[in-house]
Amino acid sequence: MSKMTNILSIAPGNTPAEGVLGRIYQRAPVLLLPLIGLLMFLALWNGVAKNIDTSLGEFPGPAHVWEQVGVLIDEHAVQREKAEAFYVRQDERNAARVAQDPSYQPKVRDFTGAPTFFDQIWTSLYTVMVGFVIASVIAVPLGILCGLSKSAYTAINPLIQLFKPVSPLAWLPLVTMVVSALYVSDDPAFSKSFITSAFTVALCCLWPTLINTAVGVSSIDSDLINVSKVLRLTPLSHLTKIVLPSSIPMIFTGLRLSLGIGWMVLIAAEMLAQNPGLGKFVWDEFQNGSSESLARIMVAVLTIGAIGFILDRAMLSFQRLVSWDKSSVLR
Amino acid sequence: MQSKHLELSQVGIDFPTPKGPFTALTDVNLKIAKGEFVSLIGHSGCGKSTVLNIVAGLHQATTGGVILDGAEVTTPGPERAVVFQNHSLLPWLSVYKNVELAVKHAMRGQSKAQMREWVMHNLELVHMTHALDKLPSEISGGMKQRVGIARALSMQPKVLLMDEPFGALDALTRAHLQDALMEIHANLGNTVIMITHDVDEAVLLSDRIVMMNNGPAATIGEILEVDLPRPRERLALADSPAYNHYRHEVLTFLYDKQKKIEPVSQHRKAGSTKVKSDNKASKSSDAA
Ligand SMILES: Nc1ncnc2c1ncn2[C@@H]1O[C@H](COP(=O)(O)OP(=O)(O)O)[C@@H](O)[C@H]1O
Ligand SMILES: [Mg+2]
Repeated sequence: MSKMTNILSIAPGNTPAEGVLGRIYQRAPVLLLPLIGLLMFLALWNGVAKNIDTSLGEFPGPAHVWEQVGVLIDEHAVQREKAEAFYVRQDERNAARVAQDPSYQPKVRDFTGAPTFFDQIWTSLYTVMVGFVIASVIAVPLGILCGLSKSAYTAINPLIQLFKPVSPLAWLPLVTMVVSALYVSDDPAFSKSFITSAFTVALCCLWPTLINTAVGVSSIDSDLINVSKVLRLTPLSHLTKIVLPSSIPMIFTGLRLSLGIGWMVLIAAEMLAQNPGLGKFVWDEFQNGSSESLARIMVAVLTIGAIGFILDRAMLSFQRLVSWDKSSVLR
Repeated sequence: MQSKHLELSQVGIDFPTPKGPFTALTDVNLKIAKGEFVSLIGHSGCGKSTVLNIVAGLHQATTGGVILDGAEVTTPGPERAVVFQNHSLLPWLSVYKNVELAVKHAMRGQSKAQMREWVMHNLELVHMTHALDKLPSEISGGMKQRVGIARALSMQPKVLLMDEPFGALDALTRAHLQDALMEIHANLGNTVIMITHDVDEAVLLSDRIVMMNNGPAATIGEILEVDLPRPRERLALADSPAYNHYRHEVLTFLYDKQKKIEPVSQHRKAGSTKVKSDNKASKSSDAA
């Protein structure tokens, strides 16, 4: 029997050339298949786009959209130059005034040009991260509490069940009004629209993290809990040595779900509330209705998708970094 | 018998179930002397783990109680260290760190160097110093169980509680670990309560074998004193009439007196299991 398996394991050519070829042959589907999928999508898109006529002209095909990517980059560069020129002029003017009258307090004003596509990307990214971090800072500890204490879970569970299915967009008017009423300051560090968007994101990021953390913590192997009891671990040690390491995978499942949902909701909220960000960019282009609008919206759509993907990958890398189980397959 | 060290008196426990309380144990009385090695044997589900968990403090007895050196057992603690069946090492800590965690909590206030020395000492006892930085997932089942034993020993327990510590291991590895355990017991003289399914293991290791009746409301059926000289050699004992006599006693208790009542298939041939090795027999009686 053992001889047989030996022969079998030697049988497929083990010469170096065959090994390399074999490896390429093995890897080929992994590299090739996504490429084929992408090409087929582009071809299909191209074909379908030609046959759709909208009131804003033909639906943009891949080439048209690619062209707009260049245009958007150029617009951004132009706007940057304008901004720089503005600041240079402002500095010169202030320097001249100070030279004339040393007691003069120079006025520094921000450049107020229209935000470009890339400014909007940055705004959205920043907003989603702030909302997500706020939600996580609340949801992870609360989830751990729910997982550890049956009474806490029983008390909080009805609220989770009630608020989880609510679309955060339903909250949007309430959040907007509350922020307007409560956030009054002469020199606000953050704009109201930013706070509204961030809180809306936070509201929908809470639930998946909260629920997954609670499930992760409550399903810790009972033997490990017994180990902790026999060792008489302090509550803090119990948390850091047993609870957190064993529930990290579930916590991250929740975090990744939350971030994904938060990103989707943010775009919708920006469109609805006219808050700065990618959503507003899409809405403004739609309202503009120029012949280029659809192509520019398509650029935004693809960008939103790409950023969503990158955010998820980033969370995955972060999970790899903090997870003890390096061998587990994460996807 | 020496001075009273560990005493279980009138221990009984009811588990709450949806169908009302389930009485798992009643009237368990047992006195164990310091340094004694006691095995608990009985059919699966009779309540062995429950007894052990009550001594560990992980379960609370409904009636009666456990007294260790004059103090009643109410909570789990390192003076009653447990070796769990499936090792229960923390998968995210290395071999060294797993033992260190126990040492840190059992020897609070010691210097770092003293702790390190103690961790190494205990890993040496189980011959595991070659894999200090390995994670539990990177070592074999037998090695994990060794580390689990080292972790328990490092707490310097008054009583070492072992729940089928070698049950999941192959026969050869099990024999190695039994020898290691006998060596450690001879050197340290801990009081040990070990649950086992394996009749040979029980006879080879124990000073006394506690045989339990079938549940529900299980209790101690018979207690067998094993009066074999130590150190014991498994090869020499294989031909020893005394050893085989003890073995026979236990088998008779398990497969004759405490034949599992099988409501499904009554036409099982009595005695056919007797000739089989104990482990297989217990499994087939479970499955029947
Ligand atoms: N937490 C529990 N709740 C209800 N019943 C239990 C619980 N723990 C054990 N039992 C029951 O008690 C009996 C003895 O279990 P156990 O001590 O695990 O048996 P053994 O270790 O001898 O195989 C079994 O019938 C089991 O179903
Ligand atoms: Mg058991």
